[in-house]
Amino acid sequence: MDATTTLHWSKSRQEPGWLVRVFDNKLVLIVACLLPALGLLGVFLTYPLGLGIYLAFTDTTIGRPGIFVGTENFEFLFTDPIFWNAVFFSVFYTALATVGKFGLGLWLALLLNNHMPFKSILRAIILLPWIVPTVLSAIAFWWIYDPQFSIISYVFKDVLGWRTTNIDFIGSEWPARFSLIAANIWRGIPFVAISLLAGLQTISPSLYEAALLDGATAWQRFRFITFPMLLPILAIVMTFSIIFTFTDFQLVYAITRGGPVNSTHLLATLAFQRGIPGGQLGEGAAIAVSMIPFLIFATLFSYFALARRKWQQGEGND
Amino acid sequence: MNINVTRREMAAIGAATLASTQASAQVVAAANVPAPNFAIERGATLRMLRPVRFVAPDEEVFRANCARFAAATGVQVRVDFVGWEDITQQTAVTANTGAGPDLIIGFNESPHVYADKLVDLSDAAAYLGAKYGGWKALAQRYGKRSNTETWIGLPFGASGGPLVWRKSAVNEAGFERPPEDLAGYLRLCQALKRIGKPAGFALGNAVGDGNGFANWLVWAHGGKLVNPDGSVAINSRETIAALNYLKELYPTFISGTLAWGDISNNRAYASNECFLTSNGVSLYFSLKNDPATAAIAADTEHTLLPKGLAATSPMAGLTLNGMVFKHSRFPNAAKALLTFLLESEQYDPWLQANLGYWAQPLNAYDNSAVWRSDPKVTVFKNTMDTGFWAGYEGPITEGSAAATSDYVMVQMCASVASGQATPEAAAREAERRAARFFRRR
Repeated sequence: MDATTTLHWSKSRQEPGWLVRVFDNKLVLIVACLLPALGLLGVFLTYPLGLGIYLAFTDTTIGRPGIFVGTENFEFLFTDPIFWNAVFFSVFYTALATVGKFGLGLWLALLLNNHMPFKSILRAIILLPWIVPTVLSAIAFWWIYDPQFSIISYVFKDVLGWRTTNIDFIGSEWPARFSLIAANIWRGIPFVAISLLAGLQTISPSLYEAALLDGATAWQRFRFITFPMLLPILAIVMTFSIIFTFTDFQLVYAITRGGPVNSTHLLATLAFQRGIPGGQLGEGAAIAVSMIPFLIFATLFSYFALARRKWQQGEGND
Repeated sequence: MNINVTRREMAAIGAATLASTQASAQVVAAANVPAPNFAIERGATLRMLRPVRFVAPDEEVFRANCARFAAATGVQVRVDFVGWEDITQQTAVTANTGAGPDLIIGFNESPHVYADKLVDLSDAAAYLGAKYGGWKALAQRYGKRSNTETWIGLPFGASGGPLVWRKSAVNEAGFERPPEDLAGYLRLCQALKRIGKPAGFALGNAVGDGNGFANWLVWAHGGKLVNPDGSVAINSRETIAALNYLKELYPTFISGTLAWGDISNNRAYASNECFLTSNGVSLYFSLKNDPATAAIAADTEHTLLPKGLAATSPMAGLTLNGMVFKHSRFPNAAKALLTFLLESEQYDPWLQANLGYWAQPLNAYDNSAVWRSDPKVTVFKNTMDTGFWAGYEGPITEGSAAATSDYVMVQMCASVASGQATPEAAAREAERRAARFFRRR
């Protein structure tokens, strides 16, 4: 042990060194702790997003840096029927798939919320479509919808003999659109169902007991207890679901590649097709950037429309 | 042109073919031309990128050839095999950053996109052309810079998609072989439909097969996407004639071709549902190597796509195109390597290892043993004799690649076939879209 320390052990505390003082400073601490997070966000979020937005205003191709062209890409896209078709189908796809997913997902969640045998196993099984990598389930659906080798066509044509031709799932415009929406609903239900199930289990049973004592019907219990209590989580889940659906890529790309004749292009698949295999990076970026307003709108809608306090608590909006 | 069916089975067969054919004498005639003396830089090492193999022997022989180059010259060569979807992007990064591989074997138009960043290969091309009976038409098109005699790429081979047809079905329909004229070809397809053994060609978003069919249809009627000066020429009387022809041809197809991807015709053909289609040689080998479908393979024939009004069969093979970057510190060594790989001692074994998946760019290799290994593969040897290329008849640019990836021609055909658009409207729409890709920058 050092002689000096033993000698002065009873003395008052020494003035802390400058390093200690710096780290005791609240401002420095805040900056130091935030810096890694800000750095990560900047490198992995802000920079790619900023670059994407910048590229949308250039005529960059793969292989050539390109120059700033202002809104030329957008001006072209606004006159491009394929782009508007992709806008239409993205909105239609998202709207219909979201309705389907939430309708069936809520129903499934209500069923699973009941007491039944093998409840845990059933809940695990429900999650399966969501656990399988999307591209694998997409390939499975690609086979199901195949013009020649569809299992559904096989059943109706060769087993039951109800049809003489194969079902045209993805060979023409509207059937292809509905086929893709069905595949997306199938894939999205588990996420909705499990999330809403978690929400259902937070609702206090005493509310239902009180309602039963008041003689409420099953519908009334759903309408006036379950639904309002679920709304906050519904808003969050719906925001996520809309964003995932609107930016969907794998299902469409694996099953139809946007065909037949561009009728099933989503903005994401069109952006990829033009940007990467087509090499028109600027135009691809412009298509991707044009998704941002839709996503912001969807987020704001879910947040403000569904998460209003009046709905949740039966009070005013203030 | 699907490639991913039977690589594994191919390996065994490839090795067997290789062993048997290497013993037979070198029959590739070489003229006595003095080899150019590339002053290989001292201490040179090379790094090369090329697309991944079709069949395992491709890679083995390619690596062995590079090892022989190292033994002969002392230049170590590192070869990286890159996925087909990635090679264009990796070429772009290499060209733009001026770093990375010394040489790349890319696809089709790549050297033309980066022409300013590439080493002039004219001396190597002149030597090889003189020695091996001249470069084939498609090789000249993809090798030389537009309207010049400057070679910026050395094509290594092309993969074509001729007609694949069932002899029994075509004979049953009353034809010896698919006719070369458009009217006769339509009659064949109608007859095949009548006997319940229909033809089928992809009209969905299939990069290889869809574009192959759409290009054939337009070219066989004398139409073209681009003029020689690079202006868009798709909205023409010829195109509209082609689309009107399609309106009669399409009803003879098996149902569902509007949704077909690159693999769909292979599956339909292999399951006795489609009896006439177009594809690379992979379909034939996958049938031949599977005992369950060997009978179909025995009944299968290949012929070039019908000429129609064109002088040669309207088909543009996917072409391997080698290039050397100016940023390389060892450009002479790189040139020497490409030349070395195209010499018969190296190239012929490689060609044979590929079983016909790749067809040669130099005329002398028409005599390669690979084209006698299986009479049904012989037709592929003419793949590079075609007078057509992607983006015919314009200069080769990135625009042709973009139009191919955006399915401009395919969708023009598909919209007419499905009845969504009149031929006139479809041609106008294709013109609008192509004008964007071929605009001056």
